[in-house]
Amino acid sequence: MIAVDRIRFAYGQQSTVFESFSWTVDTGQTWAIIGPSGCGKSTLLYLLAGLRRPDSGVITIHGQPVQRPRPRTGLILQDHGLLPWATVWKNARLGLTIREFYGPDGEHAPGGEALSKATANEQVAYWLDRLNISALREKYPSQLSGGQRQRTAIARTLAMEPDLLLMDEPFSSLDALTRENLQNVVVDLQREVELTSVIVTHDIDEAVFLGERILVLSEPPNRQTRIVENDGAGSSNYRKSTAFAARVAQVRDILGASYAPAT
Amino acid sequence: MRQRLSLRDVLIGIGMFLLLWQGLTWIINRPIMPGPVEVLPLFVRLLFSESEELARHTLASSGRVLAAMGLAVVTAAPIGMGLGQMRQLDRIFTPLIAITYPVPKIVLLPVIYVLLGISDFSKIFLIALILFFQILVVVRDEAANLQPELIFSVRSLGAGRLALFRFVYFPAAMPAVLTALRISVGTAIAVLFIAEQSLTEYGLGYYIVVETYQILRYPEMYCGILAMSLLGLLLYFSIDALEHRVNRHLYLEAG
Repeated sequence: MIAVDRIRFAYGQQSTVFESFSWTVDTGQTWAIIGPSGCGKSTLLYLLAGLRRPDSGVITIHGQPVQRPRPRTGLILQDHGLLPWATVWKNARLGLTIREFYGPDGEHAPGGEALSKATANEQVAYWLDRLNISALREKYPSQLSGGQRQRTAIARTLAMEPDLLLMDEPFSSLDALTRENLQNVVVDLQREVELTSVIVTHDIDEAVFLGERILVLSEPPNRQTRIVENDGAGSSNYRKSTAFAARVAQVRDILGASYAPAT
Repeated sequence: MRQRLSLRDVLIGIGMFLLLWQGLTWIINRPIMPGPVEVLPLFVRLLFSESEELARHTLASSGRVLAAMGLAVVTAAPIGMGLGQMRQLDRIFTPLIAITYPVPKIVLLPVIYVLLGISDFSKIFLIALILFFQILVVVRDEAANLQPELIFSVRSLGAGRLALFRFVYFPAAMPAVLTALRISVGTAIAVLFIAEQSLTEYGLGYYIVVETYQILRYPEMYCGILAMSLLGLLLYFSIDALEHRVNRHLYLEAG
């Protein structure tokens, strides 16, 4: 589904983050990207989202080069993603409202037939309900807890029926229980909606719980991909199993090795 | 969070003001200081008097201020947003804005008259010029402070430039525009008063100075002053009410 082909990306003249970097994601896979801060994991996600462009090389999704944000890619960021002046309902509906604003032009919104207002409202109502935040629809983001805010962001993204879900440390500002709760929500959704997903995280437990495959990045520039296969991801009891603990230890070792200069 | 004035506060304020006014009238005891007991009924009468045309003067002044506010908003808000979002452009213009911002624009009145002609438009232009800088600066700062994450996530929902403007920049700048307007209403009306004293036959500035003050009709002059004060008051509180509507999300209890 996603093919990253020998991309180069640098901030300014000096800090090259990716150099001849290639990576593939197949349809339906769930990936976690992990690495030390500054390794370029968020940059990679922004590149996939079409919010940044590689200096050279191409990224294609379903064979189409990514030039700008793609209508069927959903993106969830750590925080500040909601409009502070709009209610939960208006925020969750924003993506569809923007589609109505442009009409089905195939560029900002999927082509084909436009979604009717009623269907759009139903879709948003469904996801608010599914994420247990229907009762909050008239609240503003400042009145919500961090977990409720992220639920709103997830509802907003899923209401647009994405086939690819990108998440940039979506739960890292939440307390441990809320975080695990939302991780379970994501796992359930993946089973329910046939999503390809990529989550960026600095939390090893999160990467191992959510990513069937884990891409480990190191200090830039990144040239090679190091991938940890992690078949147990997404099963409900995985967190408490010994296989989980072993996998976490394995990823920790790989990450530790990339801080080589100290040893 | 700003405290909102209740109706009770407003009534108390008006009551205290009238008492103070009447007190001054008794102490000064000269024709230049007629009291509210004399001025208020006269004000109502003049508003409906055909020969005095106080209503028409008031309308002329209101129209000029409102037109200037509109002109300033539609020019300054988009430019402010552009500067706030485009760092490099902002860096080029910052020194120029810093230098011209504090210049008292009223001194340009003769220049504007010569360049734009002796018309209503030149008076409107002068007031708009003053408001322009007030709005420009706050909108620019507001747009610069928008979280990049917010822009990124709205762009990821498919928003291009137009939708970003409609769904992010415009609503984000509204509160700043209103605040800028509210705090500069006083200056705008002061400048209007000066600009209306000459080269026009309508407007409260003209009424107060030429039609009443210069021929010693003091009670009528106070009616003009009252009309101008009410104009300022009304504009101030209307903008204040709008701000509260737009900023509903800032006046909420968390939880």
